[in-house]
Parts: sequence; C-alpha cells; structure tokens
Amino acid sequence: MSTDNLSRPTASLIASDRRCGFVFTDAEREAIEHEIGHYEDSRAASIGALKIVQESRGWVPDAAIPAIGQLIGIPASDVEGVATFYSLIFRQPVGRHVIKVCDSIACFLTGYDELAAALRAELGVEFGQTTADGRFTLLPICCLGNCDKGPTLMIDDDLHGPVEPSGVRVLLEAYP
Amino acid sequence: MSAGADIRTSPETHPLTWRLRGREAVTELADYEALDGYAALRLALTELSPGDVTQRVKDSNLRGRGGAGFPAGIKWSLVPMGADAPRQKYLVCNADEMEPGTFKDRLLLERLPHQLLEGMILTGYAIQASRGYIFLRGEYVLATQRLEQALTQARQAGYLGETILGSGWSFDLFVHTGAGRYICGEETALINSLEGRRANPRAKPPFPQIAGLWGKPTVVNNCETLNCIPAIVRHGAEWFKGLSQGRSPDSGTKLYGASGRVQRPGVWELPIGTTARELLEEHAGGMREGLALKAWLPGGASTDFLLPSHLDLAMDYDTIMKAGSRMGTGLMMAVDDRQSMVSVVRNLETFFARESCGWCTPCRDGLPWTVKLLSALERGEGELGDLEILAQIARQLGPGKTFCAHAPGAIEPLQSALKYFREEFERGIAAPPAAAING
Repeated sequence: MSTDNLSRPTASLIASDRRCGFVFTDAEREAIEHEIGHYEDSRAASIGALKIVQESRGWVPDAAIPAIGQLIGIPASDVEGVATFYSLIFRQPVGRHVIKVCDSIACFLTGYDELAAALRAELGVEFGQTTADGRFTLLPICCLGNCDKGPTLMIDDDLHGPVEPSGVRVLLEAYP
Repeated sequence: MSAGADIRTSPETHPLTWRLRGREAVTELADYEALDGYAALRLALTELSPGDVTQRVKDSNLRGRGGAGFPAGIKWSLVPMGADAPRQKYLVCNADEMEPGTFKDRLLLERLPHQLLEGMILTGYAIQASRGYIFLRGEYVLATQRLEQALTQARQAGYLGETILGSGWSFDLFVHTGAGRYICGEETALINSLEGRRANPRAKPPFPQIAGLWGKPTVVNNCETLNCIPAIVRHGAEWFKGLSQGRSPDSGTKLYGASGRVQRPGVWELPIGTTARELLEEHAGGMREGLALKAWLPGGASTDFLLPSHLDLAMDYDTIMKAGSRMGTGLMMAVDDRQSMVSVVRNLETFFARESCGWCTPCRDGLPWTVKLLSALERGEGELGDLEILAQIARQLGPGKTFCAHAPGAIEPLQSALKYFREEFERGIAAPPAAAING
C-alpha cells in the first residue's frame, strides 16, 4: 500500500485493505475487542491492537493499519502515527528473535561497548538490521531496569545479565 | 519479628519490603493477606472517609518517589470532590520505569503486586476515582503477568469491582502496557499515550488533577509512592514521619540503589536521608578493586553530576537540590576513574536525543547537536568554541523553554560535567594546524 492511501477517506482505505487481503484472525479480533473494553474511548486500544497484531505476526504489515483503524473507529493516519512513534512497534519484518540491548548509562559503565561489539561480530549485522537467515534482529533499547546486572539485554521476553562478551555465542544458541 | 506482627509496636523499619524477608516474592493473595495485606484497605473502607485518607497522606508529608518530590497528599487534594465533581475520575500508576539507572519499581511490581494494588485502591478511594490504570512498560513481562494475576485475585475477593467491601464505592483497575519511548514517563505524555495517541506532552495548566485522562480529573502517581500508601493509612502519619530517624526533614523510607562498577550493585530500602556514602560504601561495598569514584549521578540520567566530596550529603530532595543536583529516583550511579567524562556524557545525550518526542524544536534539534559536538570531542576532533556552544545549548534547553522536563533534564548531566570536568572536554579539541598558530 502506498503512503498516498493514508490521506484518503476511510472508505477507500477499507477498499484497499480488502485488496490487500488483510483479515484479522479470530483470536486477534477477540483480543482487540477485549482491549477496547478497558477504556472509555476505543482510541486508547490503538497501541494494544498494534501489539496484538505484532504478537501473532511478528510485525505490523501495511494493510493492518487501516484494518485496525476501522476496527477501533479512528483514521488510519492516526494508527500509523502511533505505530511509527513507538519504538517497540515494528513496521517492517523482524527476525524470529529480537535482541534488545540496553545502551543506557548503567550498562555503558559496565561494558556495553564490548558486548555490542561481540554481538555485531557474532551476528554480522549492525543495530537495526536482521541477520540474512532471518533468525535475529539486533536493536538498541532504553535502560531495562536491570542496572545491578549490567551489561544487560533482552532476547524476546527473556532478560539476561550480566552478559559477558565471551558468553554471547552460547547465549544465542538457545534461540534457534 | 514474626510475619504479620503489628509493625507499630515492633522495630519495623521497612514498610515497603518487610514482606519479602525470607521470601523471594509475595504474589498470591492468600499470602499477602496473611502478611497484614489489605488490612489498610479494610480499615479505610470501614472507618475512614476519603477525606480522612487524603489528610493522613498529607500529614505524612509523603513526597512523590518518581523524582520530582511533589507532596502526594497535596496532589490528591487538588482533585474536585463532592456532589458537583465529575462522576468519572481516574488514578494512574506511573510504572513506566525507564529512567536510566533506575531499577526500583521493577522490584515492587514483580515481587509485591498486591501491595501496589492495595495502594492504588486506597488512593482511588481517597480521590473517589471511578477507574485506575497501571501504565507499565511493555518490557516488564514478568510484572505484567504477576499484576494481571493479582488483579484477577483481587476482583474475586471483592477488593475491586462493584461496591468494594460493601462501602458503596466501586472501582476497577487495568494494566496498560506501553510500546517503548522514555517520554511516556512524563505525566502528560503518559496520559496522551494512555489515550492511544503519540506520547507528546501537554501544556500545563490545566493540570491533570483538573483535566487529565479523557479530560477528566486524573492523579498520576509513581509506583513506589503508591506502595507507601497502605502503611501510612494503617499506621498513621506520625509513624511514617519517624521512619527517617532524624536523618532528613522528609518522611518515610526510600528505595535507594547503586549501579556502575561497584562491588555489590543493588537496591535497598533505607530511611530517607541516608547518605550517599553509606549507600556506596556499606551497601554497595565500595568501588570494584582498583577503581576509584570520580563522579556520581544521584538518581537517574536527568540529574546533575556530583563529586566524591558530596558523598556525605543526605540523599533527600532538598539537600541534593542545594548541592546543585536532584535526588531524582534515588538510585545512584557511580562513575569510576577509568571512564572518560566526555564519553559518559555523550552516551547520556545520545539517549536523550533519541528519546526526545520531537514536539519542541529546542529539544528535537538541540539534543542531536550536543551529540554531534560531544562525539567530535570524544574523537579528539573538537573545534575551538565547541564548549561555548555546548554551554549555550544547555542554556537554551533550560526550564521553561520547552513543554516538559525532558530537555531541562537532559542538560543537567551536561552542564554539571562541563562545570566539574572542563579540562577533559578541552582535551578533545584538536590542536590547530601550525599555520594557524603562526598566524
């Protein structure tokens, strides 16, 4: 879907959504509707809805944006505005496992540079990139609140720290 | 002491963490109840009016533990009350812990979920809120699971829902998990995010207590602040004031901590006003072998650096403010003598530049400029005049120049590093070519 569509009225977006063939799974739709019920205004479920789609598909495809807008009752442009603002909403495909490396000051003081170098060397990618085999995406992240165990990182939902540069290879083996 | 004993008459000094003595966590409702849990809520709903609860917290002089130190009871008392007040009012727990170097709320959220719920229900009762939200950062996965479980248990037990404990007052709570961005911790940006918008801050006034979430009266309190409420309600303002043991005019205990290359980094509940030296030397065991303390941040990335000569200061709001910094979150970060201050500040400003929401021009453009200058200085490629430009940017990003406290916080470590370690920055300026020297 081209970005031009974002400024068009909702009706044409829905049409383009049908053309793109985006259909929520029953579980996604149910989870989003449950989320809407937590708020006085359905708009508040926009971030949650993006997270629900991402949880099941790994990322948020273009066609999901107007579909979420329609389900929640807000313009697609507002959904895209939110999707592109929040750093943990992925608007392009990511690897099977997402590595989030804390680059804030407490980890910087305890060996972030060495850990980041070891990860880049092991994976052969820079921050923001995905390995060629689609296994890992390497991302920076704000302080993870694990400062007594720096340097620290998350792989998917798992928190690890302190992570020695020499231990990176073994750590990654647990994520095929 | 035995678990659950009356802490008024025992030498109990840890209202936030005493339930963890000998236990990893108290996640089940029955275990929390066996440890005096929800006793404060029963007391409040049967014997105290909402105004009594607010008065008790006001009298306790509890100051906000998120960093700003605003008195919690005064914040609550700005909420419209009575028959003419809006029917919908909201309470929001700020559990978007993302201030670099801060790892205190994680402990409370993961290990004492019911204590937060009890604090929130009591606060909701005091301001007669209709609904509450826990704004939790998305990366706190274990905390999300434990809070959701605690909410289910609390609903089943009648601590949440319709006419709680027969009081006629109804209230429910929900967990709202974020999707990243440090700016969500800013009170009004958090409200925008909760409404499903981009997390840009709002102009104040109106203050959230008057017009916050969906335009309705809203109180936003930090997670640790809310964790203090049950004990204040149960044991009274005078008891809470006594917890500082004369170390500070401030009340209560505080979750303090230390990180950086210290022997035993960690977080500890101690009387408010404990000195930074005690934190570093007794609790953290001093610096790692072969390292010496060079500078320290009292409580997060957005506080000014202090020096080893400041270690004997009491870690309370006013004392650290007088020394030219802020207590912030109270978790100190130790910078050792092997670190380059230019690199440390470059790391800090890179964080702030990335996390600026972009709403205000000075912040959006000024912070990347500091990163550019600092990176050049770090490589030894700085130019004459760079330090003056950094000082000028710091002035332009000061309080009042932007909507929120992001930019003023961002320049605190920069301006203090320039003040205390100017020669390190000067060393990053490239020597002018010989021709220039000779004119």
